[in-house]
Amino acid sequence: MKKTGFLIASLAATLFASTAFADVAVKLGVLNDRSGVYSDLAGEGSVVAAQMAVEDYKAADKGITVEIISADHQNKPDIASNIARQWYDQDGVDVILDVPTSSAALAVAEITREKNKVFMNSGGGTSDLTGKACSPNTIHWTYDSWQLAHGTASAIVANGGKSWFFVTADYAFGQAMERDASEVVKEGGGEVLGSVRHPFPGTDFSSYLLQAQSSGAQVVAFANAGGDTVNSVKQASEFGLAQSGQQLAGLLVFVNDVHSLGLQTAQGLMLTESFYWDLNDETRAWSARFEEKMKKKPSMVQAGVYASVLHYLKAVEALGDKDPTKVLAKMKEMPTDDILFGKGMIRADGRKIHQSYLFKVKKPEESKGEWDLYDLVSTIPAEQSFRPLDQGGCSLVK
Amino acid sequence: MTALTETNGATMVVERGNGSMPRYQIAIFLALLALSLAAPFFLYPVFLMKVMCFALFACALNLLLGFGGLLSFGHAAFFGSAAYVSAHAAKVWGLTPEVAIILGTLAAVVLGFVIGLLAIRRQGIYFAMVTLAFAQMVYFAALQAPFTGGEDGIQNVPRGDLFGAISMSSDLSLYFVVLVITFGGLLAIYRIIHSPFGQVLKAIRENEPRAISLGYRVNSYKLAVFILSAGFAGLAGATKAIVFQLASLTDVYWSMSGEVVLMVLLGGMGTVFGPLVGAAVIVTMQNYLASFGAWVTIIQGCIFVVSVMLFREGIVGVIAKLIRRPL
Repeated sequence: MKKTGFLIASLAATLFASTAFADVAVKLGVLNDRSGVYSDLAGEGSVVAAQMAVEDYKAADKGITVEIISADHQNKPDIASNIARQWYDQDGVDVILDVPTSSAALAVAEITREKNKVFMNSGGGTSDLTGKACSPNTIHWTYDSWQLAHGTASAIVANGGKSWFFVTADYAFGQAMERDASEVVKEGGGEVLGSVRHPFPGTDFSSYLLQAQSSGAQVVAFANAGGDTVNSVKQASEFGLAQSGQQLAGLLVFVNDVHSLGLQTAQGLMLTESFYWDLNDETRAWSARFEEKMKKKPSMVQAGVYASVLHYLKAVEALGDKDPTKVLAKMKEMPTDDILFGKGMIRADGRKIHQSYLFKVKKPEESKGEWDLYDLVSTIPAEQSFRPLDQGGCSLVK
Repeated sequence: MTALTETNGATMVVERGNGSMPRYQIAIFLALLALSLAAPFFLYPVFLMKVMCFALFACALNLLLGFGGLLSFGHAAFFGSAAYVSAHAAKVWGLTPEVAIILGTLAAVVLGFVIGLLAIRRQGIYFAMVTLAFAQMVYFAALQAPFTGGEDGIQNVPRGDLFGAISMSSDLSLYFVVLVITFGGLLAIYRIIHSPFGQVLKAIRENEPRAISLGYRVNSYKLAVFILSAGFAGLAGATKAIVFQLASLTDVYWSMSGEVVLMVLLGGMGTVFGPLVGAAVIVTMQNYLASFGAWVTIIQGCIFVVSVMLFREGIVGVIAKLIRRPL
């Protein structure tokens, strides 16, 4: 009897011991825009970032076989949900990564919850992902609209930009950003002189910009995204808003937008990001490796894909298992630490917490290279970067 | 009884009268039914449901375009608004899926009545432009209205329990519900086409002044077929919202109107089975070529050009010509 007990115990021991290095095969699906407005910011670069994470982690040596597939959701929620469903149901995908465009991200989050898999969002902006649409299966890694609007607005108000005018895309997302930022402005003792809503998507912003100019506000903030931001900043430069002394602020601007606008047009724009290639030696080294493959510097979204894959693999290795419930719990339990975002953690609502940075776009004469675009204005500490846990309305927070 | 009609210069024999289906068409319907009963056990059910929803949508447009001779470029308005209404009914009001789908369809019918009343006063390109303009109005309403969720759409729509009793959470059980809806819709459209009403429609399509001179109230017929077409498009949209648990701006966007016109033309305008084939081809392409991203639209464009150059009657239209029987 004792002998059998011992046998079973040793068998169990070997089993457990072996699971620590056991063969776990995981399949990661990078679902993003590969042809449209966000293909620069996410696109193939996110796939490359995920591959780099797998290589850097030496997953194969640790008994984790990783397969990465990708697809184009064309920024449409119905295509995204279709692909996500098919990936989970048919192709055995364990994790979906990236997913820019808020509507697509929300759709994928719901399907991931239904199928109990893992969704690590890097490209999506809406703070609803960890707010009223939060899910135990979602981890929102890189940034959100609350973070960017608050980061930019509070820093500018603190620096003396007290009167504001908003140029807002007339749909739910734009209005939410305007609302978030106006609150910060008012809390900081500033005032909102007015706002104007432009149709979404817009092409001609001249009448809105003239209103912004004649309002006499110190700060003109753009609560829009993607092509709208690029066009409105371009036209603001043509109308000479910055030259006449108004500070431009982008509530949702990425490094690729600034790069394509060019410094001449974008100079002086203030914005918040979670990652910039030129922060320190480690980010520079990593970005150089990335640039070798992609011929351009990484965006924060691509950096987020890299870091989130790394953290996922750590959790899988620690457990020797890819069961989504266990892995998600492990990921939230372990503090995060990587070269791109530094030390951080994942909150109960799925929000990844790390520092963010307020940047000002350089003048053309200050820039030393094609990608030398930003001056770091200030660093926003991790605990102030994101919406406080109890204000999101997430049902997972008690 | 047989009647001769002239279509595109080719003489076709059209079976007509006492409502009985020709035997080969019964065979096609039965084969389709058998095929769709077996299909979910071999192919991915969600994909098949998408094909069926779009097939019904294309059939609805074909009723208007192929038999009424009216090119609507705004059918996404009916498809999309029905999707929004049924999604809202199922999610916010917590209604059972069949009630939600009926409400969505009714919304499309009402919208079809309003838009149709104004649009049928014009003909040809102007008709198409008026429908497109109204569809864009619906699009902006969907973007702005508080209940549609703007950019995000209405997400996470519950599939619910059919009649409050049968759970539809499994793809397979939902598949058969969608199959019943699509087949029902298809048979109803078939019946409409082959009714005396359908005959008058064809007469109006071929020669409107003559139909007027024969004493038909042409505008009432046009309005009726417009409303019917809007209703079936709405049925397809409402069903789609339940299947994908999502109603989004894509459903009301003008490119959706264009896509369904493409399906009808590719499959064969004015044939019963053409839109089914067209929808299957386009949806399959979108699904299996999804990894090529925006290239899908380019490939679609090329296929459209080829079809216009080589087989203007569409896939089924060409087959019908070869076997000298209407399909």
